[in-house]
Amino acid sequence: MAWFKRTKEQKADRRVKIPEGLWVKCDNCKEIVYRKEVERNLKVCPKCNYHFRISAAERLKLLIDPGSFRELDPDLASTDPLRFRDSIPYSERLAENRKKSGLSDAIISGEVLIRGIPAAVAVMDFSFMGGSMGSVVGEKVTRTAELALAKRIPLIAVSASGGARMQEGMFSLMQMAKVSAAVGRLKDGGVPYISVLTDPTFGGVSASFAMLGDIIIAEPRSLIGFAGPRVIEQTIKQQLPPDFQRAEFLLSHGLIDMIVSRKDLRETISRILTLLK
Amino acid sequence: MIRYYLDFEKPIQELELKIEELKRLNSGQDLNISAELDKLEQKAAEMRYEIFSRLTPWQKTQIARHPDRPYTLDYIKMLTDDFIELHGDRRYSDDPAIVGGIGSISGTNVVIIGHQKGRGTKERINRNFGQPHPEGYRKALRLMKLAERFNKPLLTFVDTPGAFPGIGAEERGQAEAIAVNLMEMSRLKIPVISIVIGEGGSGGALAISVADRLYMFEHSVYSVISPEGCAAILWKKNGDLGSADFSRAAEALKLTAQDLLRFKIVDDIIPEPLGGVHRDPKAAAEKLKEVVLDAIKELRGKSIEKLIEERYRKIRRIGRITGAPPVSNDNHKHPPGPSTS
Repeated sequence: MAWFKRTKEQKADRRVKIPEGLWVKCDNCKEIVYRKEVERNLKVCPKCNYHFRISAAERLKLLIDPGSFRELDPDLASTDPLRFRDSIPYSERLAENRKKSGLSDAIISGEVLIRGIPAAVAVMDFSFMGGSMGSVVGEKVTRTAELALAKRIPLIAVSASGGARMQEGMFSLMQMAKVSAAVGRLKDGGVPYISVLTDPTFGGVSASFAMLGDIIIAEPRSLIGFAGPRVIEQTIKQQLPPDFQRAEFLLSHGLIDMIVSRKDLRETISRILTLLK
Repeated sequence: MIRYYLDFEKPIQELELKIEELKRLNSGQDLNISAELDKLEQKAAEMRYEIFSRLTPWQKTQIARHPDRPYTLDYIKMLTDDFIELHGDRRYSDDPAIVGGIGSISGTNVVIIGHQKGRGTKERINRNFGQPHPEGYRKALRLMKLAERFNKPLLTFVDTPGAFPGIGAEERGQAEAIAVNLMEMSRLKIPVISIVIGEGGSGGALAISVADRLYMFEHSVYSVISPEGCAAILWKKNGDLGSADFSRAAEALKLTAQDLLRFKIVDDIIPEPLGGVHRDPKAAAEKLKEVVLDAIKELRGKSIEKLIEERYRKIRRIGRITGAPPVSNDNHKHPPGPSTS
């Protein structure tokens, strides 16, 4: 029964939502904590430092100087080039997600100030179709990178994604090449690019712009990788080692520069940008 | 000769077996049998034409994975006058799922890289069914840089189910290895030509196919996810999925060469002999050689700056969106993105 219990724990571990109500059960330490306290604490568990998933808007709020956000391309929207249909048509799924999230797609981008330093940011939102990258996410990341290059201001990308968006087929896959090419131009131009990986970052997003930062930061305990843990388990038919694909695992394997708590993110980024000037 | 037939080829198989049996009986003297043979052969050809002129996306996927279909090393053998395989990423190991080296095609020196599946159980396992680890992508990158240093055009052959999902692959940075290749290929200072010869499996395929010219063989496929993976996500009937589901998924994904040419994601389609490349590999290789040499000649006519700028724009415009075009800023070199409507 031991293995049975563990898989159950792992599953619970990856749950996203903070349930409505006064009290919240932490997905990590299972402690019951006061919801207001979690929210005051930037949605980090006060008992165990577990970082709950947050929306792009919440991320921006804790990352940038108040009132400094000037949004880029707010009206870009996906079409349905494949006329894709799963349980419902993709166009309906898009409409549903737009309504639910108030977002046009799984990303917000803009020009901002971070402790007074001008920067271009692109922040993903996992709640919009699992943060999947289709034409719009690819285009917005690319435009943000191109703007950063043109204005010679640093680029900061915050990822949260299950990977490429299946519903746009090869258009989605090719976004990986597009965003990577745009990052290549930033590197040629000597413009700093900081990539922030949050829970979860996988597939077409990790295998493109997310892993290409000059400096790569991850949030504590975020799951990050190329293939999802379930796919790996099914393929190799072995149990995965503890902490596999967690930020701490990536740090010890030399794949990221540092793990930074949410409350320290703005400070750390502003220090890096100052030091790279 | 023992041939491998796919399910939908069964009517052809029956006919061809009959033909071979007749041939064995007849050593050419019996005119009646000869006439019968001619008739049967014509019928087989017609039947094959009939089947192959309206293949479904799932059938194409099966042809793309056909065990008799030529792999990268087969094409290298047929294409080059001389070839030396090079090994290793100089960091960890040599990944047999990606092969590469220096060679000459009709007097034109090139660097060739490709996914390599194996033939027979032992080789298949050794080559991990053509699913590379990070070191495969890093070997590929090393060879790309070698091509750049010695100013040789780069040729890549795509044929993989995808990058390998495993513990070691994650530990050694599968995502990073792929990402770096995408970025580096976008700005290689040499002509880059990629050909999907079989299966183009997602990021693991893209990691060696960011190119100035992307071609697909007529019955090859290129997809963001396999039909099986797509079906499993869409119709979560765990373990209960069958070819009807895969067929539906393959249809939905628009993964055929014909779809992708229509979407302007690939530049051209290389026609296959009737029945697929494996029916006449030499003819397919001849056609491929022609396409490759033409492309090299054309791309060699461009300055490096123009080549790289055009490659960027080619990748840059892919996508289907609505909304405002990018705000033009002071940088008037700002390239146009996908057309918006």
